[in-house]
Amino acid sequence: MALTPHSSLVELRNLTFGYGERVILDNVCLSVPRGKVTALMGASGGGKTTILRLIGGQNRAQSGTLLFDGVDVTGMTQVELYAARRRMGMLFQFGALFADLTAFDNVAFPLREHTDLAETLVRDIVLMKLNAVGLRGASDLMPSEVSGGMARRIALARAIALDPELVMYDEPFSGLDPISLAIAADLIRQLNDSMGLTSIFVSHELEQTFLIADHVIILANGKIACQGTPEQVRESTDPLVYQYVHALSDGPVRFHYPAVTMAEDFGPDISRSAGGAI
Amino acid sequence: MSWYKPSDVGFFTRRTLGNLGYAARLFFRLLSSIGPTFRRFGLVRDQIHFLGNYSLAIIAVSGLFVGFVFGLQGYYTLQRYGSTEALGLLVTLSLVRELGPVVTALLFAGRAGTSLTAEIGLMKAGEQLSVMEMMAVDPVQRVLAPRFWAGVITMPLLAAVFSAMGVIGGWVVGVLMIGVDAGSFWSQIQGGVDVWQDVGNGIIKSVVFGFAVTFIALLQGFEAQPTPEGVASATTRTVVMASLSVLGLDFILTAMMFTI
Repeated sequence: MALTPHSSLVELRNLTFGYGERVILDNVCLSVPRGKVTALMGASGGGKTTILRLIGGQNRAQSGTLLFDGVDVTGMTQVELYAARRRMGMLFQFGALFADLTAFDNVAFPLREHTDLAETLVRDIVLMKLNAVGLRGASDLMPSEVSGGMARRIALARAIALDPELVMYDEPFSGLDPISLAIAADLIRQLNDSMGLTSIFVSHELEQTFLIADHVIILANGKIACQGTPEQVRESTDPLVYQYVHALSDGPVRFHYPAVTMAEDFGPDISRSAGGAI
Repeated sequence: MSWYKPSDVGFFTRRTLGNLGYAARLFFRLLSSIGPTFRRFGLVRDQIHFLGNYSLAIIAVSGLFVGFVFGLQGYYTLQRYGSTEALGLLVTLSLVRELGPVVTALLFAGRAGTSLTAEIGLMKAGEQLSVMEMMAVDPVQRVLAPRFWAGVITMPLLAAVFSAMGVIGGWVVGVLMIGVDAGSFWSQIQGGVDVWQDVGNGIIKSVVFGFAVTFIALLQGFEAQPTPEGVASATTRTVVMASLSVLGLDFILTAMMFTI
């Protein structure tokens, strides 16, 4: 770790990324403050998950720099990248548990791959991590036997098994019932504070997100529309942000998908077409 | 309908070369993974158990029935020349040199190859390979390599089982049912089968098929579109491509090994 820690653990500078012609992120600058919970919000397909994949080095930016603890991820070799990833944990949208391993073995996986710890020690760590997400009792269950919310919590225990500095959550709230949702939100906040983590999560869920996040970033059209504390974002007057935060169906983001004019689809003149249709 | 444009030909050529290059690189990565893979032999052992054990029944039964048929057909041909005592030799040579490795490889592609493709494809669809990458674990090393080497080891073992069962099948039909002399049946085998020329070449064939079938199955799974349709079509491609490569390679190998 650097002797003089930067105030932000992750920093994007003029980052551009796209698939072919389609630009996903356009010259984005943002920073993720150390020790805080940061929420990434924005319309679907807006590049939120892409940012997580870029931080993890699974996608490479086309231009710009992405600093993880002061080191540029975009230029890393495979070895350097793997070393950096050991300091990150990522929770995938549906958990992505290894289907052929029990909950216990899933959480033990990174420990067994990366350390030479004795099996008794592995057992203690795994049970501690499972206990932190409230699932110590489920350690013998297979992924097919647990609910979606539980699968995500097991995956979270696996993501924090190696005590990372940064934990990224890809849509941790999607498809959860209200109870599981509250549990997930509490966990993100609790783990962040108790383990001294830095957390980033992608979310569409307004209420819980504003409740637990220290810092909210809203992306729109490949750029940052607004960022700040939940209060600042909620009071933003930017029409796009206003539409998003207040969940309005029409606004700068149109209700109608772009189409030819009504007249071209339905006939230029209703009365004439009605008259000529005998 | 539009006629082919020159640019389509270029696109097709480039894409084909790109895919070939990708496949070749993956193949050499798997080959060079031999050291780290065998240092964690437990992973390979589990896969040998999985691939071998589940293919054993179909291989053994098929071998037995191929042996039965060979006993009947071989007797039919040999009795025209009055040399039915060579039935054992005919059955054994055919199996050890040719049918054992080839039919085993075809069955292995259908039984174990498809399950490998589906397993890897589903892991990819479920983001299990991505999550492994994010944990700084190389999926090629951790998931593909143990399966690859397990397939290479398992194939000759299964081919040996197939050939052995086939010889027993030929013996059941030839000696027990038709009444060929048991002494000449076995002594012809003992005298006529050469360990290096016949058995050795058969083993070489099945090792080569092991490389080909396992690699194709893993490549198709690794390259599958991460959707249910993608995994399904990858599984089909595994069977088609693996079977064709086995038959093609068999001709090449047989021609190279051919001596009078």
